[in-house]
Amino acid sequence: MQALPENEPASPQLEAEQHVATTSHSRWRWLVIAVPFLWLLVFFLAPFLMVFKISLSGQVLAIPPYAPQWDWATGLQGLQAFWQELSLDNYIWLSEDELYWKAYLSSIRIAGMATLLCLLIGFPMAYAMARAPKRMQPLLVMLVILPFWTSFLIRVYAWIGILKTEGLLNQFLLGLGVINEPLVILNTNIAVYIGIVYSYLPFMVLPLYATLEKLDTSLLEAAQDLGCPPLKTFWTITLPLAKPGILAGCFLVLIPAVGEFVIPDILGGSETLMIGKTLWVEFFSNRDWPLASAVAIVLLAILIMPIMLFQRQQQKSAEVGL
Amino acid sequence: MTQRSSWFNITSLGLGFAFLYLPILILVIYSFNASKLVTVWGGFSTKWYAELWQNQQLLDAAWVTFRIALVSASLAAVLGTVAALVLARFGRFTGRTLFSGMIYAPLVMPEVILGLSLLLLFVAVGQERGFWTIAIAHTSFSMCYVAVVVQARLAGSDRSLEEAAQDLGCPPFKTFFVITLPQILPGILAGWMLAFTLSLDDLVIASFTTGPGATTLPMKIYSQVRLGVTPQINAISTILIGLVTLGVIIASLLAKRQRLAQTKRG
Repeated sequence: MQALPENEPASPQLEAEQHVATTSHSRWRWLVIAVPFLWLLVFFLAPFLMVFKISLSGQVLAIPPYAPQWDWATGLQGLQAFWQELSLDNYIWLSEDELYWKAYLSSIRIAGMATLLCLLIGFPMAYAMARAPKRMQPLLVMLVILPFWTSFLIRVYAWIGILKTEGLLNQFLLGLGVINEPLVILNTNIAVYIGIVYSYLPFMVLPLYATLEKLDTSLLEAAQDLGCPPLKTFWTITLPLAKPGILAGCFLVLIPAVGEFVIPDILGGSETLMIGKTLWVEFFSNRDWPLASAVAIVLLAILIMPIMLFQRQQQKSAEVGL
Repeated sequence: MTQRSSWFNITSLGLGFAFLYLPILILVIYSFNASKLVTVWGGFSTKWYAELWQNQQLLDAAWVTFRIALVSASLAAVLGTVAALVLARFGRFTGRTLFSGMIYAPLVMPEVILGLSLLLLFVAVGQERGFWTIAIAHTSFSMCYVAVVVQARLAGSDRSLEEAAQDLGCPPFKTFFVITLPQILPGILAGWMLAFTLSLDDLVIASFTTGPGATTLPMKIYSQVRLGVTPQINAISTILIGLVTLGVIIASLLAKRQRLAQTKRG
């Protein structure tokens, strides 16, 4: 839209007309930018400042349940008093109670492990999709997307009936005679892994497919013709070329999975420590808004690097028109 | 390619899709189970569906959820399209990095953080919580999905038409509505549908930003799931899955018809 005619204006009158057009043009341009920009500033960025402010407050029995409150009417003096009441107590509490550290570490471990499993299951799928006949590919992509359109909560819920002690998986395995006693899977970390892999698999497969589909097969044929063994071709050609897809898929699974609440809550057990659930309990059960805010700020600090890497990677692939 | 590798491909696709679809299939089958025990088959029955119609609270929740999804998807489609246009066509401007960061970050940001932060904002400005706070919260994160979908469409659309129109003196707004919009409309519709289902689906953000009188369907389902597995939940789930599948099929048929019409014209 910013493209203006590049050819030289023919007359001074035309030049003046164009000048008018350019200034009104740029005013409109800023107006168009401002609408989504302001919305995101108010409803995405500003809320984080609120979370940070409240993470420095203390819990009180009131509505809203935190103090100090800052009243515009009290002016500069009020601001000073407000400022002095803020403290790092919640962060000190977080660092001293080992429950929180364990929850952060175990969230990262569970999410990392689930991401790896997603990659191991998703890569062969994406590879097979990219190698399938061209006219079948849209249907296959559709089949990967379709579960994503159906409710997340419902898909997680569906696993309860399968993984229960008297559930379908155990009935099936007992019937086959593979096991003699039912396996305990529901309410363990294994169930959480299954839940995360199941829910996030489309996020892994789609970016992988997008890069593998563009992969130049003549390179693979050349390697094969020159006598390169298939496994070596995979390591030296396919994998490096698929790197953008692998990165995008891993970020799309890992980052949200670290803060996941629904899956550990429904499928996990008492041993399952995940920070998303800790935050939920602090907020809804203990009504400790300031502590929940501090938990969120530390989680954000952990995730900010991967999020920025993800954004850079997305911007790069958007620019090359992926 | 060799025989062996194509067998490997077919097997991995088969297993992958079985993993994705079996749980949903089982859920649907057991919604027609006469037995109250979710894992024991007691014959075919539709009584759980009949029971759903008696559950007024559930129907109310479904209606609220539907209205929120309608409002937030429509807002998100407009805002997201404008955001995509800014990203794809506006070149460099002050704050572009911040802007694209605010578009991409919500895609991966854990929902608990989004929910908590929006709630604290609403409390700080003294906004009473309910229908509109949930709708605004949903708009804010789903507009980013719309922006990404529409941006992909814009990247694939033909820019020379826009440039030709502008060279011939067509004002930017008219160029957008006459040339660009028809080209990216399928992308906007896909984005709208995505925003709609994201809103229908959301439990975490709605739980944080809700207020009295605005209980959504996922919140209702969640509280029932916590009490235990019941065939009624399977029945609601089956209805939702059926509706979404129908919507997706209709959308893809429409897209196919449009493609056919375009190739005929071209």
